Amino acid sequence: MTRAALQALLSHWRRQPLQLATLLIGLALATALWSAVQAINAEARNSYDRAAVFFGGTDLQELQRRDGGPIPLATFTALRQAGWLVSPVVEGRIQRADQAIDVIGLEPFSAPPGTLPPEFAQLVQENPQAMLQDGGTGFVAPEMLADLAEVADLPLLRPAVSLPPGTLVADIGVAATLLDIPDQITRLVLAPEQPRRQPDLAEVAPDLVQQTRGAEGDIARLTDSFHLNLTAFGLLSFAVGLFIVHAAIGLSFEQRRGMFRTLRAVGLPLRRLLLLLLVELLVLACLAGAAGIALGYVIAGALLPDVAATLRGLYGASVSGDLSFRPLWALTGIGIAVLGTLVAAASGLWAVARMPLLASAQPRAWERTSARAIAVQAMAGVGLLIAGLLATVLFDGLIAGFALLGGLLMGAALCLPVVLRGLLSLAQGRARSIRAQWFWADTNQQLRGLSLALMALLLALATNIGVGTMVSSFRLTFLGWLDQRLASELYVTTRNEEEATRLRAFLDGRVDAVLPIWSVMADLNGAPGQVFGIVDHATYRDSWPMLEATPTVWDEVAGGAAVLINEQLARRAGYGLGDTLAVEPGWAFTVVGIYSDYGNPSGQAVIAIDQLIERHPDVPRLRYGLRIPPDQIDGLTAALVQDLGLEPGQITDQAAIKQVSVRVFEQTFSVTGALNVLTLSVAGFAIFTSLLTLASLRLPQLAPVWALGLTRATLARLELGRSLVLAAATFVVAVPTGLALAWALLAVVNVEAFGWRLPMHLFPGQWLRLFALALIAALLAAALPVRRLRRTAPAEFLKVFAHER
Amino acid sequence: MNAKVLILLTLLWPVTLWAQGFAGLGSTADGFATPQRGTPFDFPTDHGAHPDYRIEWWYLTANLTGADGRDYGIQWTLFRSALAPETSQGWQDPQVWLGHVGLTTPDAHFTAERFARGGVGQAGVIADPFRAWIDEWAMQGSAGDGLNALTLSAQGDDFGYDLGLRADGPLVAQGQGGYSVKSAAGQASYYYSQPFYQIAGTLHLPGGPVEVTGQGWLDREWSSQPLAADQTGWDWISLHFDDGTKLMGFALRDDGAGYTSATWIAPDGKPTSYGDGALTLTPLETSEVAGRDVPTRWQVDLPDKGIAVTIDALNPQSWMGLSFPYWEGPVRIEGSHPGRGYLEMTGY
Repeated sequence: MTRAALQALLSHWRRQPLQLATLLIGLALATALWSAVQAINAEARNSYDRAAVFFGGTDLQELQRRDGGPIPLATFTALRQAGWLVSPVVEGRIQRADQAIDVIGLEPFSAPPGTLPPEFAQLVQENPQAMLQDGGTGFVAPEMLADLAEVADLPLLRPAVSLPPGTLVADIGVAATLLDIPDQITRLVLAPEQPRRQPDLAEVAPDLVQQTRGAEGDIARLTDSFHLNLTAFGLLSFAVGLFIVHAAIGLSFEQRRGMFRTLRAVGLPLRRLLLLLLVELLVLACLAGAAGIALGYVIAGALLPDVAATLRGLYGASVSGDLSFRPLWALTGIGIAVLGTLVAAASGLWAVARMPLLASAQPRAWERTSARAIAVQAMAGVGLLIAGLLATVLFDGLIAGFALLGGLLMGAALCLPVVLRGLLSLAQGRARSIRAQWFWADTNQQLRGLSLALMALLLALATNIGVGTMVSSFRLTFLGWLDQRLASELYVTTRNEEEATRLRAFLDGRVDAVLPIWSVMADLNGAPGQVFGIVDHATYRDSWPMLEATPTVWDEVAGGAAVLINEQLARRAGYGLGDTLAVEPGWAFTVVGIYSDYGNPSGQAVIAIDQLIERHPDVPRLRYGLRIPPDQIDGLTAALVQDLGLEPGQITDQAAIKQVSVRVFEQTFSVTGALNVLTLSVAGFAIFTSLLTLASLRLPQLAPVWALGLTRATLARLELGRSLVLAAATFVVAVPTGLALAWALLAVVNVEAFGWRLPMHLFPGQWLRLFALALIAALLAAALPVRRLRRTAPAEFLKVFAHER
Repeated sequence: MNAKVLILLTLLWPVTLWAQGFAGLGSTADGFATPQRGTPFDFPTDHGAHPDYRIEWWYLTANLTGADGRDYGIQWTLFRSALAPETSQGWQDPQVWLGHVGLTTPDAHFTAERFARGGVGQAGVIADPFRAWIDEWAMQGSAGDGLNALTLSAQGDDFGYDLGLRADGPLVAQGQGGYSVKSAAGQASYYYSQPFYQIAGTLHLPGGPVEVTGQGWLDREWSSQPLAADQTGWDWISLHFDDGTKLMGFALRDDGAGYTSATWIAPDGKPTSYGDGALTLTPLETSEVAGRDVPTRWQVDLPDKGIAVTIDALNPQSWMGLSFPYWEGPVRIEGSHPGRGYLEMTGY
């Protein structure tokens, strides 16, 4: 009996291969997008973990020079001989064949236990000579080995799985040679256990400060927003995908009502029937889930390099560009597919469970629209909108921002039917001809059946508008800001003070201005930040990207008592003009200006350079911006290399920096763009499945109209028109929703995530394109059902009357 | 941590047990200088480091008595190990340094160790004025005075000491004029000692400082390939007898009868050297230390000088549980020649 019943149930799919395909594709798509996002997040988290573990977590204390400059070798020796158990670390970045590599040099004999990568420790154990002799040995993440295989001027490379990508770890001697800093130390790591007697740090090394290493925590905090963003996108895609599944499963259940009744009538217990349906769903879910995971893996693999580039560019976090397959991730993917299927099928199963044994075998078409149900739904939608707004008032942080986004999107989606109904009723009232009246009334009637698919379309369109507006606004603002902020024509970084002195002498008389870019580290409002000193120059007065400033801002800064701070610092610490900012204990300034500083996660302050030098006479004087007529740039660059002996890599022109910045920017949002397109495709597919479902059920409603004289061709045109009208109406709702979304992203989420607020610009051209895309999606979705309608044999229409009971 | 164990293996000579699997120690002395019989010492230069030899150490032990009447022992050791027979300034220097200190009381044993690389000033040895140091641990003399008067200091996280040393006897060449044979196959090292230190100073213990006085013994030794491939460990003694004579002796254990060597030192510093078999070391009693059985009471016989004594650990738990573990601690001497001394045992 069970076997026969199962065969009967499954025979449905043999007769409806398209429906089967719809179900499988929908579920696979939903799973794929969700899994892809999860895979990307997992890969990033794995990279952060590796970085955190590699640096010994956040427990280790370390010593750094107060002004952030390099620590002389002699200071290290003096500390050790005074009984301070410190281990030297050198850090820097080298460029090899288009690859920027972060080089970290560790000293294996003094390194606290557990701070060396295990492979490094093993080499020291097995072959200490190989560690530092004959060019030494470097360790990199295994995925980097292939990339660096052909690169010259590197030590012998070995894999170390614990290392974050983009990092090369070697003995300090090897690293110091690579970085060309033989007598400098970047920081000193304190061993957890120190001897019983030590002089005060101030006696041995007054330039150094002791602090806890906390950069990893910061990276996790900073990148949280990015990952939350991705997760939200994944969830959205999954929800949209479930609309498809819901439609397909609903249809298959509706069409098999007769079969269910027959099976029940010949003695199949209800419990067994439900069990068989459940098994059927689970098998389908597992099949589609597996396909979804494979697809998700491909999508994640394609997106990951961009994500990695984004994270590196925005936050300086190293994430592997290579995806690794994690079994747990695959299992979770199957799980979410099964869960999604069950959610989507819940109403169908419930209906079967409650179906009376002798219920009509006639498909019910879709339930009659219930005005009350739509009203309840709309009220829930309004409630969600209000809840989202309330969340931003009641809570702080990113979660509130996303609560607002969620409330906005779901609320708008739930309100969609009532708005559409209003629009349709309006149209119906104005309709003159009988045919038009029937068209509007019929469209209205179908709203309920289509509403889920239309909600999916709304979500996709609104997200597209919202994210598109945000990205374009950001782009416009960012490019303008780059022009202002990068005012110098050339930027030069010298390797040491001696070279810097030669550079200044060399430039004397050759350029319009030499603008020092000197800074020290500082604790700005409880987080690490930088304090820059600037000279009083027209370059700054003319072009500094000020958001807010006193009228005499530059005179006040030059006067020495005032400070400019970046927007991030102002927002986080709540500083306004006239407030006092203590850059260091006993070293306070009045805030006279707040400037925009996009792309920088940390706080920043700018004071007069005299003040900086007076407080920190040893501030590294290595970086300079040069003002020079544009036609002299090439000549001066050549002279700096040939006459002064600088490496070409030490000189960067403005255009190159802009190019890099813009590239980082584009990479950041290419992920968003790709997900946008995918979401819209999924929504289009949802409409398609819904129309397909409706088309086969609506024959009884169309037959009388056909009988009244409308040709099949006319009916098909009207169907196509209906699809377009509904898509257009949805788009009308999507525009304000999308703009609200953009506002939430720019004014709430961005401020929380990055610390800056961007002006919102409108891009009607984009909307027009999106409108066209929505119409095309609707047309494509309706094409197949309409073609079927056109080709429906007249006999099929007649059968409707013949079978009427 | 394992990395450090192996560094230590490259450093320590008595370690044939491990040396068999370790390239360089038990086999050849590639590129390194090897000791030659009949080479006279050149002081003060030889007080300093010999970077062209693979391994070297400055090894001081002392038997002390506190103002509280209790017996104490201290050890201060600086090892040098070369990855290559050369030295240079900067991080690339292939010389690696290791410091061990111990402080033994009748009921406690404190240890600490330090690692350093040469070339950056973190550790090293200068011949004149003499200074041997790793981090803040230092053994320091004054210009033109050789090893005659030294200050010595070291500390761990819960103990430390600051001592003054004054030699009231001459330096003593071990073996044949400083050429000390370490196996029947002829492996050898350069080896001299200063066994005549009178010591005064302060021990820093968890319970507070203790003023101490006593006797010290400094060993200086360097070589490139000191052990035969089948030697498994060694037992070494340095004994101060109450009559003013001293005895240094060691037994290298191997698969067969082993190899012993001894130097008897007259009160005026004149040494008498004994080859294999003259000295016998017989374990009498073992103690369970760090999960192994270690002989902590020995019979020591040198019939040629009428020496028949038993030595007994002041604290049987004098285990140096560092990255390379061994036993090292003060002993009391009873029998024909009472006194006190130090015992070191490796390979258990």
